[in-house]
Amino acid sequence: MLTPQQTLDTYYLEARRDLLEVAALLDRYDESVNRAGTPAGDESRLVILREAMQMLANPDHPQASRTKQLLEHFAKIS
Amino acid sequence: MQIIQPHYHAIARTAQDYERMAMSGVVAVCEPAFWAGFDRRHPETFIDYFAQISEFEPKRASEFGIRHFCWVAVNPKEAENVELTNEVLRQMPEFLDKENCLGVGETGLHKSTPNEIAALEAHVELAMKHNQLVLIHTPHLSDKAHGTKKVLEVLAGMNVNPDHIWIDHVEEQTIEWVLDAGYWAGMTLYPVTKCSPRRAVDILEKYSTERLLVNSSADWGPSDPFTLQECVVDFRKRGHSLQEAVEIFHNNPCRFLGQNPKWDIKPIQITEG
Repeated sequence: MLTPQQTLDTYYLEARRDLLEVAALLDRYDESVNRAGTPAGDESRLVILREAMQMLANPDHPQASRTKQLLEHFAKIS
Repeated sequence: MQIIQPHYHAIARTAQDYERMAMSGVVAVCEPAFWAGFDRRHPETFIDYFAQISEFEPKRASEFGIRHFCWVAVNPKEAENVELTNEVLRQMPEFLDKENCLGVGETGLHKSTPNEIAALEAHVELAMKHNQLVLIHTPHLSDKAHGTKKVLEVLAGMNVNPDHIWIDHVEEQTIEWVLDAGYWAGMTLYPVTKCSPRRAVDILEKYSTERLLVNSSADWGPSDPFTLQECVVDFRKRGHSLQEAVEIFHNNPCRFLGQNPKWDIKPIQITEG
């Protein structure tokens, strides 16, 4: 199995890519709000994404089970 | 490396997928019955579908040197049509006798309605009556935790042999419930809506792999049969041996499916040096 350094080094670029996709979604949403002049009628998915990111930003480790936490969190909405 | 793809909807895929699977070491696929993308209206539609996956698909797979096995069931989404479900169940034993049919599947739950639960019970009872293996689909996304708990509740009320039950599409929030109950657990690797290859390797490293299966469940939706191979590559990249990989991606399917004597592919041991 990988050492802590190997784990970070092996998967950093993929995680960076995935976070950029999230950033792009948020930018895309802002652009759509600017064009429309009004936000989405139901922003619950935006809220749940932001809450998920706050959960990930929490520096607790090493047994945080973040994936499980997020799956349970995302199950709050359809 | 020899790989078994234990959950694969060949009917929804082109021959090119068989060709590329053969190139990447897949020696066998198992095709459960699933939802066609629309609700079937007639029992005959199911019967023809079962004939296609038990008679035609094995021939198509064999052109690429791949063995093909199948399962039969009424998908949970179609369980709301009770009359249809019961008629198909009545005719299913004919297909359980087919030389490449391994059991009842994929049954399971979608929204965990009373009709779905009744259909799941009827499928499991049929399987027990005919001494068959069972493959159970757990719901997607936000329905998964509730649906998996309901599946376990249903099974707990029936006199099942846990060794014969494979509960599929587990994720981090459901896998411990399934393993603690003594069943086999399958991880399904989708590009977006189910587990990922990387997360699957994390799970393989966290839990005993004795009763774990990995599959791509490739179908007509956003799916990729090669997520399984992607998982193998990531598993090996993390330093696991070829034999460790063979144990999970070839021998575990052999151990579970080999409980049906029609499955004649044996576990393999790599001899190095």
